[in-house]
Amino acid sequence: MATGRDDFVIAIRSAFLKKKDKQKFSLLTLIFVSIFVIVLSNLNFKPIQFVKLGINEVIYRSSHIASIPENKFKEITSKFQSHIDLYESHQKEVIKIENSEQLKLQNEFLIAENKKLRELLDEKIDSQEIFARVLIDKDSPYLKSVVLNKGTKDKVKIGMAVIDEVYLVGQIIEVNYSNSRALLLSDLNSKIPSVLEPDDIQAVVSGTGSNFGTIEHTKIDYKETLNNKEIIAYTSGIGGLFKPGIPIGKIDSSSEGQINFFSDFTQLNYVKIVSYKFGGDK
Amino acid sequence: MSSLNKSPFLKIFLSYLPIIILFFSVFNEFDFNYLKLDYFAFNFVHLLIFFWTLRNPDQLGYLAIFFAGIINDVVIGIPIGISSFCYLILCSVTAYLRNITLSPNFIKDWISLLFTILLINSIQVIILDLVFLIKVDYTNYLINSGFTFLFYPIFFLFFNFLNERISYQTND
Repeated sequence: MATGRDDFVIAIRSAFLKKKDKQKFSLLTLIFVSIFVIVLSNLNFKPIQFVKLGINEVIYRSSHIASIPENKFKEITSKFQSHIDLYESHQKEVIKIENSEQLKLQNEFLIAENKKLRELLDEKIDSQEIFARVLIDKDSPYLKSVVLNKGTKDKVKIGMAVIDEVYLVGQIIEVNYSNSRALLLSDLNSKIPSVLEPDDIQAVVSGTGSNFGTIEHTKIDYKETLNNKEIIAYTSGIGGLFKPGIPIGKIDSSSEGQINFFSDFTQLNYVKIVSYKFGGDK
Repeated sequence: MSSLNKSPFLKIFLSYLPIIILFFSVFNEFDFNYLKLDYFAFNFVHLLIFFWTLRNPDQLGYLAIFFAGIINDVVIGIPIGISSFCYLILCSVTAYLRNITLSPNFIKDWISLLFTILLINSIQVIILDLVFLIKVDYTNYLINSGFTFLFYPIFFLFFNFLNERISYQTND
């Protein structure tokens, strides 16, 4: 029995402390170093933050270069798919154009009316837009985020909205000198205050880790008000980070309460990083 | 062909191939997610580290594994050091297995892999969820562990072939 325990101790000691011919460090040393790094990365000391920013800068750029072949392959696949779907998508676009002509006229009137009403309320929203390219679009099963090529040198700040065309796709969670990371709406940690129209229900759109979102912190009986209607989720502006009315996604009768985001997060190439200034804010 | 087999470039390239594949896979995510198949993902890096540190640790240094972990953390956006720690735990299990095994056996290795993956994924979930308060999808982790376990035989054949080539070149 004692011999067995001795063997076990010898095997463990040998595994952690013994170095093979080409190994420069023992496992135990490196395990301690990694624990030390985890603890340091959790601390908010300035020198550590600078080191972290430096590491991020170098690795993001290297990863972008290393991902070029993979991205080219994705691009070719996507182009090939769009050629195959050409006829079908053309038919859909024709119907969309017919509808949008009618909506355009209605929209112009509503914009003018909205502007007038905001002036009456003395409520003004200014926005500042920064165009950015997606450097790394790593669809990790654990964290849904993208790395953008604009950072503190372009005045990007944490919390700014990331917009694809007119649709919200996420918000900035980490800023380095020349790049930044945006957390996508689909991530489990993403929570966006929103309003469900046309019933004007306040809710929080939460990511699920998949390519759809869910509604949280809302009226318990909100599902009863859906009644086979198409519900659009917009940002509510509560929280003061985003302006109200940025489209997020829609819930239709077939989606069983899931929000289908308007933007396809796997196809992001260029996005806008937007900050909003509300009336009276300096 | 025989002159190609004796080429010094090929010899050097093959000896560094496991490290090249490791760094290539942490820079490019090797989880087949772009196939858009829900819940189909496996951790290629875990398989790579498990095989090479178990069968031929001289080809994959612990320091390289440590740095690969740091890069992986930065690229996927989780706190720095977590992947390194998990990869090194994987290495310590393989080092222990190496010490207690006289004759390597594929089935024993495969079963050990299952327990090791479950252990390191649990450690990762605990650190992310309980320490850093980052929400993670447990189902994804579980399915990922399952597929990683199931794919080991396929990659074992590939890595074993590579290992034999490296041994052949080195001993030549």
